[in-house]
Amino acid sequence: MAVDTQAPSRGFIGASYRTCPETGLKVCSQAEALIKVNAVVAVVFLAVGGLFGLMVALTRWPAVHLLPADWFYLLLTAHGADVLLFWIVFFEVAVLYFASAIILNCRLAAPKFAWLAFVLMVVGAVLANIAVLQGESSVMFTSYVPMQAAPHFYLGLIVFAVGTLIAVFCFFGTLVIAKEEGSYEGSVPLVTFGAITAAIIAVFTLASGAIILIPTFLWSVGYISHIDPLMYKIIWWGMGHSSQQINVSAQVAIWYAVAAMLLGAKPLSEKVSRMAFLMYILFLQLASAHHLLVEPGVSSEWKIFNTSYALYLAVLGSMIHGMSIPGAMEAAQRRNGFNNGMFEWLRKAPWSNPAFSGTVLSIVIFGFLGGITGVIMGTEQLNLIMHNTLYVPGHFHATVVGGTTLAFMAITYLLVPLIFRREIVFKKIAQWQPYVFGAGIAGISLFMMGAGTLGVARRHWDIGFADAAMSFDYPATAFLMMGLNGIAAICAALGGLMFVLVVVASVFFGKQRTAESIAAFPTLPKTGSAETVTSYGSESHVKLPGTIVLVSVFFVAFVLYYYVNWKYLSEVWPLS
Amino acid sequence: MAITPPQNRLWWKEPLSGVEITWIGVAFIWGLVMFGTMVSWHFVGKQNLSNETYRIDPNAFGEKVEAMTERYQVREEGDTGVPVVRPPPGSDIYMLSRLWEWWPVLELEKDQTYRLHLSSMDWQHGFSLQPQNINVQVHPGYDMVLTITPDKSGEYAVVCNEFCGIGHHTMVGKIHVVDKK
Amino acid sequence: MSDQSTGSGGAPEERVPAMQRLLDNPFLLLFMGVASPAVLYLIWGVMELSQIPLSP
Repeated sequence: MAVDTQAPSRGFIGASYRTCPETGLKVCSQAEALIKVNAVVAVVFLAVGGLFGLMVALTRWPAVHLLPADWFYLLLTAHGADVLLFWIVFFEVAVLYFASAIILNCRLAAPKFAWLAFVLMVVGAVLANIAVLQGESSVMFTSYVPMQAAPHFYLGLIVFAVGTLIAVFCFFGTLVIAKEEGSYEGSVPLVTFGAITAAIIAVFTLASGAIILIPTFLWSVGYISHIDPLMYKIIWWGMGHSSQQINVSAQVAIWYAVAAMLLGAKPLSEKVSRMAFLMYILFLQLASAHHLLVEPGVSSEWKIFNTSYALYLAVLGSMIHGMSIPGAMEAAQRRNGFNNGMFEWLRKAPWSNPAFSGTVLSIVIFGFLGGITGVIMGTEQLNLIMHNTLYVPGHFHATVVGGTTLAFMAITYLLVPLIFRREIVFKKIAQWQPYVFGAGIAGISLFMMGAGTLGVARRHWDIGFADAAMSFDYPATAFLMMGLNGIAAICAALGGLMFVLVVVASVFFGKQRTAESIAAFPTLPKTGSAETVTSYGSESHVKLPGTIVLVSVFFVAFVLYYYVNWKYLSEVWPLS
Repeated sequence: MAITPPQNRLWWKEPLSGVEITWIGVAFIWGLVMFGTMVSWHFVGKQNLSNETYRIDPNAFGEKVEAMTERYQVREEGDTGVPVVRPPPGSDIYMLSRLWEWWPVLELEKDQTYRLHLSSMDWQHGFSLQPQNINVQVHPGYDMVLTITPDKSGEYAVVCNEFCGIGHHTMVGKIHVVDKK
Repeated sequence: MSDQSTGSGGAPEERVPAMQRLLDNPFLLLFMGVASPAVLYLIWGVMELSQIPLSP
């Protein structure tokens, strides 16, 4: 598997390649460069947006109450845009290029357009940031009309979305090239299939964004007199929520990728895993309705059907991934020789490798904290006792930060040696980083959900209502929760800082990977050779007792917490 | 591996293991149970949102609120100058939201049913009834009708939980629920 | 790693099952993945909004 020609060679269409000394894969130099720039810009936005997030959390900590109200709302808007949108989407574009050109061993389609996409995305993201930081666009990430931002806020988002759409089409073009040039045999790898899922959802997301943001921009400059607030909200969430479903698909693809790269794990069943992704493609985006469950004017039929992703078929997809990824890890580890007892395969996993620990923490935080609460909050009636409380950001910090961001961080520890060809520096810091960040995020998520259960409003500068004409006191526990949330946010910010430090130092000052260092510290351990993993057919399936226990625990937690919330609901005022 | 094409060209024909089939079955049935729970709560549960909504001009809504307030005002809320309104049980009651107040204060009787109309005069607001923790979105131009039956007496706050500008955190209203005299 | 992929199962002339052909076709999936939410979520939702009656 190791071919060590470092010299770039020319493909027959004029694309230049190098051969990766670690994987033997052909690496298109354009794809490589684009992965690098997109990932670097992503990390810049993560750093900036993360800092804003810390300041928001410190303001919510009643004893600290860091920022004045206008700055709180301003930085909360910027935090949402920078980390929820810009960090994640820039990184996703890098993932798309990796999952197409690199994994499929072919050249990137239309690299000039891919560069154009990158430039547009940067321009759009910077423009939106300028608009927010100028102070006239503190409208929150959702920018619900009739509240109005400055025109260049919407324009920035539109330019960013156009850039992203071009990048997505470069991804699809690369799939076509790979097939035509026969750079792979049979079906695309599962990770690429996950990336296809993400890209498909991205197309719907960006189309919805265009449908609503272009009229909103025209409204902000005065060409359109009125935007209906309900219409805005339905279409906006077609973008706003679906963009999070891009994340889910991309992060699940990364889970499979890391399990394969580090443990040699192979999906238990290609059929089952791909069908799970198909459920995402067809139904995951319907969950945009989660944000409209207590809205006037939409019927319960629409709400129930859409919020349940059509009878919970997309949840079925997630639960399948939730079993097949740990299952694949267990199978691989048992084949690697860790076959004693129920959990030796897990105990002897490479926990000191941040790519592995980050991935596992991402799976656990996403599944237990983000997934369960998402389904519960997305239940038509249960949403009544959660809508717009801090439960909502509590939930999505578990999915988008604990799940997506941590998964992206994890694979970065593999991309730095493979794509940037640099040694990871500060290995000890890197080793601890996923744990520090994961603990902080789990805390943020739990404490905000706790405060939300007690009714505390989200996007609220002063939960003590000091300046309000009529007073109200949230329970004292809620204030305690917000204090603990502040501490957890400091922990998460520290973890984020460790990540940025390690990545920046490695990329710019790390030692170049050499043949010796590759041999001594291979990025992809040799355990994952084809012989050691299971081949298909029911005969050769290994037993997976550990995974059965893990998914059973998950299932029991899910059912219990689901009905606990129905109990809470049954105690509030009857309404119909 | 997941980063290489499937080894078996016809991977669709591979048999599934028993563990996978069981888990898929469990997850699928659980999905149906959750779906069924949501549907059946509409028939057996007491907490459901109505689908009753009307388009309304904010000024027209404001006039209805004024009319109710003039007719049924009983006092003012403390020194805030906001009227407290005690409409008869079973009637249509109104609360409007605007930057940055809920208006007027309502006084309701315990265990009586009212048709509560919510709408906004300007931007979107979030009706968050505390400490009950009932949360509903309020839009300008739409009149949302909730049939409510307060079943515990006491003083309730209406907090705005949809961001509505710089005064958002000062937007608190009141609903009093009193025992029948 | 890249040279292990040649299939071992099934004779070459054996037909690829229909579901597998669907899953191998990203553009068909793209169409389905955009059409499904466009109809079920967007169009149905916008239709509901357009049917909200005027206040009596």
